[in-house]
Amino acid sequence: MIYKDSKPVLEVRGLRATVNGVEILKGLDFTVKSGEVHAIMGPNGSGKSTFAKVLAGHTAYEVTAGSVIFEGRNLFELAPEERARAGVFLAFQYPIEIPGVANSQFLRLAYNTVQAQRGQEELDPLEFDDFVREKMKLLEMSPDFLGRSVNEGFSGGEKKRNEILQMALLDPRLAILDETDSGLDIDALRIVSQGVNRLASRENAIVLVTHYQRLLNYIVPDFVHVMDAGRIIKTGDKSLALELESRGYDWVAADHQAAAVVS
Amino acid sequence: MSTVRSIRRPATGFLETLLEGKPRLRTSPPAWVDALRAEAVRRLDALTVPTLHDEAWRFTDISPLTRLWLRPVRSVTDLHAAEIAQFHLEDTATRLIFVDGVYAPHLSSTLTEGGVMVANLTSADTAQAATIEPHLGRHAAFSGNVFAALNTALLQDVAVIVVPRNVTLAAPVHLLFIATQADVASYPRCLLVAESGSSVTLIEDYVALQDGAYFVNPVTEIALADNAHVRHTRVQRDSVKAFHIGDCAVSVGRSSNYQSVSVALGAQISRYNLNVLLAEGAECVVDGLALIAGSQLADTHTSIDHAQPNGISRQLHKCIVGGSAHAVFNGKVMVRPGAQRTDSNQSSRNLLLTGKAQVDTKPQLEIFADDVKCAHGATIGQLDNDEVFYLNSRGLSDSVARSLLTYAFGAEITDRIPVASLKRRLGLRMLEQTGSRP
Repeated sequence: MIYKDSKPVLEVRGLRATVNGVEILKGLDFTVKSGEVHAIMGPNGSGKSTFAKVLAGHTAYEVTAGSVIFEGRNLFELAPEERARAGVFLAFQYPIEIPGVANSQFLRLAYNTVQAQRGQEELDPLEFDDFVREKMKLLEMSPDFLGRSVNEGFSGGEKKRNEILQMALLDPRLAILDETDSGLDIDALRIVSQGVNRLASRENAIVLVTHYQRLLNYIVPDFVHVMDAGRIIKTGDKSLALELESRGYDWVAADHQAAAVVS
Repeated sequence: MSTVRSIRRPATGFLETLLEGKPRLRTSPPAWVDALRAEAVRRLDALTVPTLHDEAWRFTDISPLTRLWLRPVRSVTDLHAAEIAQFHLEDTATRLIFVDGVYAPHLSSTLTEGGVMVANLTSADTAQAATIEPHLGRHAAFSGNVFAALNTALLQDVAVIVVPRNVTLAAPVHLLFIATQADVASYPRCLLVAESGSSVTLIEDYVALQDGAYFVNPVTEIALADNAHVRHTRVQRDSVKAFHIGDCAVSVGRSSNYQSVSVALGAQISRYNLNVLLAEGAECVVDGLALIAGSQLADTHTSIDHAQPNGISRQLHKCIVGGSAHAVFNGKVMVRPGAQRTDSNQSSRNLLLTGKAQVDTKPQLEIFADDVKCAHGATIGQLDNDEVFYLNSRGLSDSVARSLLTYAFGAEITDRIPVASLKRRLGLRMLEQTGSRP
């Protein structure tokens, strides 16, 4: 939701980034304020996922220009784990499987690490068990998930639910959901979306990275951005997503080019 | 004798010195045991200690072992139960404990009832001896294997487990071999006879109460008759200065099932040879983990022999190598002529934690039948950056993330250990060794 007096959570200016020497992000500007839900849409290869990973600090991407201010701090001065502790959360498109490590163990380790850094109370295994079970209800997850190895043998939908469960536990200021809708059937999409909606508040901000308008029926964005060739080339409200759904992406790029020629 | 001489002693002298322990052995009651030893001594005459020129030892230089000044165990360390409490596994009922290779009856709890025998060979009665004789020394061939021959030549105490027909031993049997003295050589020996339709879980556990150099040279023989089920966990956690060269020969009868997990954590140089022979419709799962660092070397050679049709074998061997350590894996799967409808899958996966760590892996398939399903593969790599990043993105520091992933890599094997207390114990040891703390 848009609040008049909200402060910016994220301010991206002229961001350029390369992977293996190839420039993917080419001068990206983007601002998110507390309480808002943003959707970034765009064709394959437009740089959406790269943007998400650069924000979370993946080392494969090199930032070559521009700035990112997260809650008044230079994001690039923080290591990935420091960003997580400061409140940046990335829900992965392809969550990693960790055979041999129980989900409960992993979730508690992550939770306590972040809590400790924030000067808040850590939980022992029993306390954590109660706490996490409560959060799991939000995502209609069976307690079995706690005993299983992290993401191992999870279906696509189960992995995505586990991602949102981590979001619920880590209570981020900025949550970036990278293609969280991909691989979800309609029921899982509903459950995951409901979970995200419950977690959205005036105190945080959510960025949805997605190909499809479908997700936005469930999580209604305040802003929709179109990304193309490493830049945001159009911004609108939720109706833009519907227009993209019916007309595709090409016209946006064409308009953008025409505008560039005129100016 | 001076140290200088011991250093210059050639490898053949090494064997002779070790055999000097021979006359001190007690003559055991069954005459055939003496005959077996004598046969092994004769064989040793024709054998030499392998060098890097021997194909099967090309990565494993055991010359530091041959330069050791080893003596036979002359005085037995008197251990009290409290001193070995740390090795106690709660969910085992019977345990045979050997101190520097010598059976320690006061620490052990044997089982001899209803035809079951879990005891030292010397306590075997005539009927039990008759069961043992066709197996002892018959599965682990020593004619071309110097270390199996050495063990057999010096064979004295033997952990014997006999599980009669259609008997299931519910609680695992724990064989604990404790090294308490430096500079000694010991020759642990185990024999497990699982008669048809029987089922048993065996733990073979090598530990140390000191951190000196010593030599352990065990041989284990496991014979499964038809429709038997044996779960065998072998843990080598010797001191990091130890030398451990062990053999295990398993004969899996018709429609029987053998599941093995071997874990190598200790020793300066360790070598484990596991040979599994499968009869018709027999099945084996042979998993292994070597977790080593510093300047350790762990060498695992396995052979799975599909001698007859309809056999199934599964193997996952993993090595986690840190420091400038060196892991070796050689896994041969043989499908003999006529072993049709063999189904075999073998995988060697290796994790190198440093630039100086080294692994040599060689999965080998030799197929002489045409209607078979066989697959094998090997990977060698470092921790995946995407995996590390995933954990970083959840607030975990780089070192915690790396430790956790390393632990997880190994836990895939240790999770297969069918004894909860041992699994837990090894899990903690792995966490220590990989430096993580979830």
